[in-house]
Amino acid sequence: MREVSTVLEVREVRKSYEGASLLRGISFRLARGETACLLGPSGSGKSTLLRIIAGLEPAEAGTVMWEGMDLAPVAPHARGFGLMFQEYALFPHRNVLENVAFGLRMQNLPRAETEIRAREALARVGLADFSQRKVTDLSGGEQQRVALARALAPRPRLLMLDEPLGSLDRGLRDQLLADLRRILALDGTPALYVTHDQEEALAIADRLLLIHDGRIQRSGTPAEVYADPGEAWVAQFLDMGTLVQARVIRSSPLRAQSELGVLAPRCTHTPHAIGVNLTLLVRRAPLTIERTAHRRYNVVRGIIQEVSFRGDSYRATLDSSTHRLAFDLPHPAAPGTALSIHLAPEAVLCLK
Amino acid sequence: MIVRAGLVPQGSYGAGGSRRSLLLLVLPLAFLALFFFYPLFTILRLSLSAVGESQPLALNSILNPLGFTLWQASLSTLLTCAVGLPGAYLFARFEFPGKRLLRALTTLPFVLPTVVVAVAFNALLGPRGWLNLGLMALSGASVPPIQFINTLWAILAAHVFYNTAVVLRLVGNAWAHLDPRLVHAARVLGASPWRAWREVTLPLLRPSIVAALVLVFLFDFSSFGVVLMLGGPRFATLEVAIYTQALHLLNLPLAALLSLIQIACTLTLTTLYARLAPRVSSPSAPRAAVEASRRPVGPRQRLAAVLLVGLLLVLLVAPLAALAARSIARLEPIRGQRTSVSAGLTLSYYRELFINRREALFYVPPIAAVRNSLGYAAATVVIALALGLPAASALARTSRFGRQVDALLMLPLGTSAVTLGLGFVVALDTPPLDLRASPLLVPLAHSLVALPFVVRTLQPALASIPERLRMAATTLGASPWRAWREVDLPIVARAVSVAAAFAFTISMGEFGATSLVARPEYPTVPIAIFRFLSQPGALNYGQALAMATLLMGLTLAGILVIERLRLPGVGEF
Repeated sequence: MREVSTVLEVREVRKSYEGASLLRGISFRLARGETACLLGPSGSGKSTLLRIIAGLEPAEAGTVMWEGMDLAPVAPHARGFGLMFQEYALFPHRNVLENVAFGLRMQNLPRAETEIRAREALARVGLADFSQRKVTDLSGGEQQRVALARALAPRPRLLMLDEPLGSLDRGLRDQLLADLRRILALDGTPALYVTHDQEEALAIADRLLLIHDGRIQRSGTPAEVYADPGEAWVAQFLDMGTLVQARVIRSSPLRAQSELGVLAPRCTHTPHAIGVNLTLLVRRAPLTIERTAHRRYNVVRGIIQEVSFRGDSYRATLDSSTHRLAFDLPHPAAPGTALSIHLAPEAVLCLK
Repeated sequence: MIVRAGLVPQGSYGAGGSRRSLLLLVLPLAFLALFFFYPLFTILRLSLSAVGESQPLALNSILNPLGFTLWQASLSTLLTCAVGLPGAYLFARFEFPGKRLLRALTTLPFVLPTVVVAVAFNALLGPRGWLNLGLMALSGASVPPIQFINTLWAILAAHVFYNTAVVLRLVGNAWAHLDPRLVHAARVLGASPWRAWREVTLPLLRPSIVAALVLVFLFDFSSFGVVLMLGGPRFATLEVAIYTQALHLLNLPLAALLSLIQIACTLTLTTLYARLAPRVSSPSAPRAAVEASRRPVGPRQRLAAVLLVGLLLVLLVAPLAALAARSIARLEPIRGQRTSVSAGLTLSYYRELFINRREALFYVPPIAAVRNSLGYAAATVVIALALGLPAASALARTSRFGRQVDALLMLPLGTSAVTLGLGFVVALDTPPLDLRASPLLVPLAHSLVALPFVVRTLQPALASIPERLRMAATTLGASPWRAWREVDLPIVARAVSVAAAFAFTISMGEFGATSLVARPEYPTVPIAIFRFLSQPGALNYGQALAMATLLMGLTLAGILVIERLRLPGVGEF
């Protein structure tokens, strides 16, 4: 089904920067109306990938296709894509309305229509009264909205957003994030959203594309990714819990011996033979706290070190003799208490 | 002297006792009154008498030079922009091997004395230059095939050579700080490369381009040595006309009137530039320059980069290389030898500088000119520092009158060198101020030119010393003099060295004012070069080459000292 509605396809794109290879074969597809989030640490080449898709930078290998057509011969200004830049790149010599109208003017639309559509775009981001203001006088959040209006006004076939909330403070970010979600949903424009902030990604994405080491490490809906991060790096980057090395001691039902004790991981892959080494993810929740260990597996014993209140739970560090692990406890526990934590079956996962 | 006006930074003002500051300013202000305002006033009086005279004023002798000055300055400015803008783009947006070296090389012409530039172009394109001699050797012709010297092209080429650095610096800096994402944004929004340039890059660079245009026009407008030496008798700018009227036709009133026009024009242009400059220094989207530049991508960009680097090398470096190489090359018989000579290396032009020949120009060994120049330069350093140090300390301490006094001290910058020289000639010839025979006349004129640079170099350094340090020294038992020696001196020593190097280098290369005030029997190096160049004969030519190469070396040494020692950010455009 996704096959049918694919609009953008990126295939095996490679790029190196100052001798070091930055993108080592990036491939993914974007469906009509979908918002995909490129999530990865700073310096992982996300912005470079956007510039390659926009045609602002050539790829060393690979293709970017739109509805099955190779975009290589199409100049950036003829692609009909919108790109919202990190720190916005508003034209300082033009006022708000002129900035928003720029893309429409490039299409040589009649003056009246240009103005109407630019004002519409401004109204959509809630800045209808700002048209004559200088962009240099705007606050960060206002600049962000103008940049969004400017990118949306020409009705691009694809909207790309490069860390659009990067430099804003938290309260503003949450509000703009909600606005952005609403506008993207309303518009139906496929969007590619770049960020290094997982909360932002979860809030906006239909699909996550986790990029690391020049490759897409994991792709899927946020729920899919959280249910099964797959790669150890993904679990670590999304801060889903603690990674533990273990060796299979029984294959059915699966049991593995780790420094934390015997664990019963959930694995989606083929059954594992005895003696195989596994990397396991121990999540912070769900779990139950017992005074004594009455189970033989998925029990972690240790001494509570620090506890901080998290609103709906208590984040505690537990010192087992070999690891320091973080857990989200349903009720508070005093530092220094010895606990046995019984992990729920879904709290222990196999990783690749 | 207007040249290098743009190098001088804006000062800042501290606060403090203004009575002491006034005391410190007495000497510098008296100097200005006597050697700047009084001569200017004399010029004004003389020119009024020229207008008031009964004999009909030859209107053509004013309109012709004025018209030509405007015409050549406009052409030169356009050409400079045509070379400088692509060059600025190259430096702002691309990384390539040898970029730093090329940047340094392109700045060189800007600081070289005009005589050196004139001889350098002669060495490359003159009748005895590399190109003509090479073509003659190839074709066997006996007449130089390229007629370059004494054409408008020579003037234009030298002006482009001189001022491309201005465009490269002013526009290049602005361009480097222009966020490349602005152009990217325009491109993604549907603008073609040309449209993105027109709608985004050009409007954002406009202030810096206009400022560069005005500054280049100002330099071209008041160009003297280049026009005199490369243009020949057919071409006269206002500056050259002032010189000819004063020195050869002895029509001082007319010279004064021309000077007045010159002053009016340069003051207008300087004011215009001063208005425009602050806008350039505060880019609307400031940004680290390094991020934006990258290696050229693809064959087209690479070819364009190579061509541009080549153009800059040919235009800005080739004449200097030609000069140095020509001064040690034996390519034609010297001293009237009839026989053909084998081409090779020779130091005979340099040796000739130490020989007092009967047919020599001054009846003294030409190296005497070097001695004269060194003496004048030393005197200039002493005078300029003696005036500049108190002036700078006063400006560093006071905010009252600060701006006005500062503007007064900078005024000589906005006045052309020939006008300064003419002022000396017309004003300092009657008792009690009859300095015509005084050996101090030249260093006084040079000090006038150097003083703004000295003040602007010293003042920021002095202002940067917090009053607390002096107070601390005082509470620890240091007398005021001791406090100055222990606190101020070590900090300003560097700035004083830079100021001294400025004064020295300016004095060594000064030609405009010197050409009017120097006594014939005590020529300076630039004057000697000019005379050698205007005489026929391979020997004279060779000596001009040798001396110009020496002067170029000295200037470069001075600039190197300045670059090494000056505080970061001080003395930039």
